[in-house]
Amino acid sequence: MQFAFAIIAALTLVSGIAAMSLRNLVHCALCLAVTFAGLAAMYLQLHAQFISFAQVLVYIGAVAILVVFAILLTRSGEPVTHPVVHSSWIVGVIIALLVFGVLTKVILSSSISSAALHPLPPKDGPSVREIGNSLMIDYVLPLQVIGLLLTAATIGAVIIAMHEPKISQPPASTPRVNGAEVPHASGHSAELTHHP
Amino acid sequence: MLGEGIIKGMAETAKNFLGSYHDPERMVTVQFPEERLPAKEAARSFPFLVFDGQDAEKGLRCVACQICEKECPPQCIYITKSKDKKPDYVGKAQFYPAVFDIDISVCMSCQICVEVCPFEAIKMDNDVELSNTDRFGGLLLNKQLLAKPNSHFHKIHPTEADEVDGRLAAEKAKVEAKAKADAEAKAKAAAAGAAGAPAPKPAPKPPTPPPA
Amino acid sequence: MIGDLIHGIFLMIWRTLTDQPEAKSDFLAVFPTAVQPVVSAVLTVSPLLAGFGLLFALTTLLERKGLGRIQNRLGPNRVGPCGILQPVADGLKMITKEDIIPRTADRVVHLLAPIALVVPTVLAFAVLPYGRYLVPMVNDAGILFFFAVGASTELSVFMAGWSSRNKYSLLGAMRAIAQMISYEIPLIISSVSVIMIAGSLSPVEIVQAQGSWLAGGFVPHWYVLTPWGLTGFIIFLISSLAESNRSPFDIPEAESELIAGHLTEYSGFKYALFFLAEYFGTFAIGGLAVTLFLGGWHAPIEALEVIPSYVWFVLKLMALVSLFIWIRGTVPRLRVDQLLNFAWKFLLPMSLLNLIVAGIWHFTAVWDFPCALLVRWALCAAMIAVPYTLLGRALNAKRNAAHRTYRYAT
Repeated sequence: MQFAFAIIAALTLVSGIAAMSLRNLVHCALCLAVTFAGLAAMYLQLHAQFISFAQVLVYIGAVAILVVFAILLTRSGEPVTHPVVHSSWIVGVIIALLVFGVLTKVILSSSISSAALHPLPPKDGPSVREIGNSLMIDYVLPLQVIGLLLTAATIGAVIIAMHEPKISQPPASTPRVNGAEVPHASGHSAELTHHP
Repeated sequence: MLGEGIIKGMAETAKNFLGSYHDPERMVTVQFPEERLPAKEAARSFPFLVFDGQDAEKGLRCVACQICEKECPPQCIYITKSKDKKPDYVGKAQFYPAVFDIDISVCMSCQICVEVCPFEAIKMDNDVELSNTDRFGGLLLNKQLLAKPNSHFHKIHPTEADEVDGRLAAEKAKVEAKAKADAEAKAKAAAAGAAGAPAPKPAPKPPTPPPA
Repeated sequence: MIGDLIHGIFLMIWRTLTDQPEAKSDFLAVFPTAVQPVVSAVLTVSPLLAGFGLLFALTTLLERKGLGRIQNRLGPNRVGPCGILQPVADGLKMITKEDIIPRTADRVVHLLAPIALVVPTVLAFAVLPYGRYLVPMVNDAGILFFFAVGASTELSVFMAGWSSRNKYSLLGAMRAIAQMISYEIPLIISSVSVIMIAGSLSPVEIVQAQGSWLAGGFVPHWYVLTPWGLTGFIIFLISSLAESNRSPFDIPEAESELIAGHLTEYSGFKYALFFLAEYFGTFAIGGLAVTLFLGGWHAPIEALEVIPSYVWFVLKLMALVSLFIWIRGTVPRLRVDQLLNFAWKFLLPMSLLNLIVAGIWHFTAVWDFPCALLVRWALCAAMIAVPYTLLGRALNAKRNAAHRTYRYAT
């Protein structure tokens, strides 16, 4: 068991480092996907099957796709010429260590790490039924808040992607007040003719 | 209703599928080397030389006039005239082609050689299975390969062959009629000459010009 | 030892063929305990791969001959009797073709893309129950696993399109990913309605929930025979056609549109791997449709349960594949904006409505007046049919085009 964990952890770390340090941006994105897969494997090792499959579905199936779409559409896929590591890399390392320290302290002092207070999950991990029950009964408020957040994000995406209907402009002469132009109220004046 | 068109379409394709097993209208494939579609009458591929009768050398209609060689746009016909002559279908002595080659890798099947031939000697064949392993010499057809009997011409282009035969027969009849009229006139002149010696010579008639 | 081995093999084959549990146990007992998991895995995976490989070959032949007959012509019939050996000829051709990689292509990613497609697709076969005791991996969250590996295939499509350094490939890959993402949502939501009613994410339990018969053993309890199940099944089928890039949703690989899209720069064995993965994906999703809606390995009539369970699974799967081939021969290809509109504006609302109707069906199950079943059926069917008609009409209404101004060069 330790051997398998060592391999998975090594794979995850190596692909994570590769995701930061490769020159080709698309290679970085693909190494990121491998990192996510490594995390999913670690969840499987901990018998958290539901989380593992959800990790693959959400991270590899959606987040990695989002990252590659962003690369595709912004044409930043050409290899960079300046060195990968910034000249003031030491500052980044210090900040990362600080954040790591804070997170470790928080997790170690929280209730999760004191196993004596909580009953251990069954040997094969919690069943889906138990996850569903705890989501719907114990943690229903965070679930609804997350749902609200996702709905807001979806509506925002739809609004951004929607074509704005062309608002009819007033005739060419804008009213002049004290020799200066009144700024136009609608922001669509610069909008070019769009296709329906 | 949404989806109605798809259901109708699927019914139609199902009919096609099931009908292809028993309905010849819904299975129109002709499996080529084993079955063939009948060729249409006006189909043409490359020229061939027509001969009358059974012998390709004696009955060949071509008299090596070389009109088709000159009129051919890609100049794919190569003719060499013979030194001697042989009698044609009306009996008149004509040259014949010692060498008659058509390069079918060049020929574009325009049919101009057929249109200009005054002797109905070259016609369009409709054979398309002419593949050869030698792409230079194998596609240069010589006189032996090009000469095909009139019966073959009748088989592939019946109406045209009938019309050509009619024309040739009319020509032949005209020539024979003229030969018969000449022979009769000559016999009458000979008979008149023989009968004219004992009788007193009539007044010399001015020579009548022969009928034009 | 050899005798035990052969005896174990015979027992394994006999028990698998006659639907008995614990098929492998006698054979595995011959091996030392440390090696047993590995041997068990090999024994599970190899018939699966061999079987689906054979089915893949058969389906390519069936597709070509079926499409041919639909189009009033014979399919391939020269290579063996009735063209049986045509897949062999195709396989030989694919293997011996030259592997051409563009000079500026990204070689590593170009090589990895077909592998990254085949691996998740084959993984998806692991959770489907093929017979009464024939499930490769019994998992509490099997359906989620299936959708997770299905989502991973999209990354390989991107890899294929990007690494070819070809604008057609890139466009094709973008369209393919957009299509796959859009159709995943109706796919998953229509299967959620089944999961909701069956109460479990495990395919084994879902099949077991469909294992009863009404009307004296003549009407099976399959979910497809309920109004929400029928709607869900149709939505699932349409989405699965789109997920496996089959006609009429084959814009990503349409020759006349994008010169094979993300597959443009692939030849030889890599193309064969893509082709294989597409068909395996079709089988996997078809298998899931059979599991969720068509009762898995159950027979339609109780009296026919004597026929082994895997036979029924294969028959149902082949029926679905024939349906896919039939649709391919019938419907013309959808344009990419029509495709995406259909997914987001029609299938998504219908699948959400399907969820609600499934809930109503579940909660009205307590009605027990005479012909309650018919009333429930009519009520739920009306609740689906009326919005379907209205939505269809609303979406088909003529859209007013904006006034266009054209400037001609004069």
